[in-house]
Amino acid sequence: MTDDAGRTRDGAWTGAGLAAGDGRGADLLAAVPVPPRVAAINPVAKLAVATVIGVALVLSIDVVSAAVALLLELALLPWLGLGPRVVMRRLAPILVAAPLGAITILLYGQPSGATHLQFLLVHVTDGSIELAVATLLRVLAIATPAVLLFATVDPTELADALAQVLRLPARWVLGALGALRLVGVLVEDWRVLGLARRARGLGDRGRITTLVAQAFGLLVLAIRRGTALATAMEARGLGAPGPRTWARPSRLHPRDGVVVLVGVAIAAAAVSAAIATGAWNVIGGAGGA
Amino acid sequence: MLLGASGAGKSTLLAAIAGVLGGADEGDETGALRVGDAPPVAARGRAGLVLQDPDSQTILARVGDDVAFGCESLGVPPSAIWPRVRESLDAVGLRVGLDHPTAALSGGQRQRLALAGVLAMRPGILLLDEPTANLDPAGVVEVRDAVAAVLEATGATLVVVEHRVSTWLDLVDRVVVLEAGGGVIADGAPAAVFAQQGRALAAAGVWVPGLEPTAPPRARVAGATLVRATGLAVARRRGSVVRAGIDLDLRAGVLTAVTGRNGAGKSTLAQTIGGLLPPAAGVLDAAPIARGLSPSPIRWRSRELVSRIGTVFQEPGHQFVAGTVLAELDAGPAAAGVPVAVRRARIDELAARLRLDRLLAANPHTLSGGEQRRLSVATVLATAPEVLVLDEPTFGQDARTWRELVAVIAGLRDEGRSILAVSHDVGFVAALADEEVRLA
Repeated sequence: MTDDAGRTRDGAWTGAGLAAGDGRGADLLAAVPVPPRVAAINPVAKLAVATVIGVALVLSIDVVSAAVALLLELALLPWLGLGPRVVMRRLAPILVAAPLGAITILLYGQPSGATHLQFLLVHVTDGSIELAVATLLRVLAIATPAVLLFATVDPTELADALAQVLRLPARWVLGALGALRLVGVLVEDWRVLGLARRARGLGDRGRITTLVAQAFGLLVLAIRRGTALATAMEARGLGAPGPRTWARPSRLHPRDGVVVLVGVAIAAAAVSAAIATGAWNVIGGAGGA
Repeated sequence: MLLGASGAGKSTLLAAIAGVLGGADEGDETGALRVGDAPPVAARGRAGLVLQDPDSQTILARVGDDVAFGCESLGVPPSAIWPRVRESLDAVGLRVGLDHPTAALSGGQRQRLALAGVLAMRPGILLLDEPTANLDPAGVVEVRDAVAAVLEATGATLVVVEHRVSTWLDLVDRVVVLEAGGGVIADGAPAAVFAQQGRALAAAGVWVPGLEPTAPPRARVAGATLVRATGLAVARRRGSVVRAGIDLDLRAGVLTAVTGRNGAGKSTLAQTIGGLLPPAAGVLDAAPIARGLSPSPIRWRSRELVSRIGTVFQEPGHQFVAGTVLAELDAGPAAAGVPVAVRRARIDELAARLRLDRLLAANPHTLSGGEQRRLSVATVLATAPEVLVLDEPTFGQDARTWRELVAVIAGLRDEGRSILAVSHDVGFVAALADEEVRLA
């Protein structure tokens, strides 16, 4: 297929993200290889889908809406074409954090209904069990589309879309993009700073002392690198008088509308199911259904 | 070509011409500077600036996008941008795909990429601020040839700042020597300026053709082996071996140079021998300097390491840990438990030897490149290690600092220390190396 800039992208898009091979930390920021049908979707549309689902699901805290949304999301997952390894790696932080949050609520959440276990502050009740399950499903249902859709977004294309489709200021968008590229460099800086502390005889100190000192060293380097990058960008005319043009036009196409509609449909289905079953429970409203 | 002592304002002048010097709130400006008929800021893009550090000049993740950046800033219509991008990449001889990741380019390729990015803006003036100082010899030739081809094709004006004069001499018609504190010392044809100002320029750190710094004489006293690597494999992280099967002996009073292309694993080898990274395979035996500790340096505590093996990093900024030069020099010996009186004497001696005595109260990060390099060497010498590991000790230095560093390192070697130096610098290797390990 051919994109608007006239460059061909045959077969699977490689999305050779930023800082390839520059360090592990940068991997999480880089786009992963995805099929052309996914790469062709405007990042703003992906952003809209994640936002619509997220907003719909934070309105209420119930099991039904979150479960419906999560099921529909999982049903659509194959369309993204991400391998199971990529999915697991990207979702790993959430798969750890969500159950931990749920357990906390299970043990300490607002008690209501029959008590199953009580020990000091721990108070497991019907109410806290339901709340815990609802929270677990909700975090997963909100985070899954956000994390996985962003895994398919190339930072450069996101910047193009933010500036051209959403009309955010070019200076701001390009500055953020440049900063993102520096992340890979700073990951390497962090590694070398650690080696350097050992080489300077300060490697035996406590963990906290070392972390604080090393973080300060990184800050100094980050400022220096950031300043240098800003100069380089200005030397390439950033801030020149006259309007900026964009070498990679970013526009919304009908296919982007379809994707956003799918997102709206997921949100609508989740909310409708919850209202229909009487589970809908606006946060801040009165107790359980 | 612009020359002058460090601090004469060469880089500042280039930045001013490029219109990236900053506003009135960041400094004072007197006199007039016009690019064409306009002030430089309004004419941004007419003068294209290429800086020294390849890392901080790469703006975007893909080669084509990076070159297109300048065109976009100048408002070139999108349909005209991509032909310009291809043309510029051709002009600098960078034949990789537009989607090629910039992070995968070598230093020389990155500098040519920066040059292409500037060329795509069709500037009338090309401003190069030490564009080859951070490159290996092959990279220097790459960039120089690319600039020559570009000038031939476009007829642009070239203004270049560089310590290594000979690289650019074929392309330069006029040499201007700036004076620290303001003014011009000399201005004319290269031959005339070098005849008249050669000695002063050489003293100020310029590599004047015919007056290059020379190496001190050798007092050879090769001693016992202090560190021995057998079948050593090195890895930056667990599992990613960059180099295997390395055998080498570091002997007292001998300087061993490690050379080879970028990415060959030279720095990783240096950090492994320096006791900072665990060997991925093979044996690193430092029993002769272990003094009762394990023969394997990676098992030593940090404060035990510093009085046995000292490592000078490629970028001085990575190894500074204190707020003043004095505290920086004191940090290592204090950690190693050296008595205060001994520390004082040692610091005084080192500060004098490396010309840091007037800078003791300064913040290490605010020093010039040459001062930072001298300080980074001094901090490691402060703990008096028997083995020194130096990563690119003369990288990007002017002729004066080079001469001083070479003299200091020769002195350390002749005192009987064992030195491993990673270096791209052919002159350095020729001047000091007794043995060379080439990682192809």
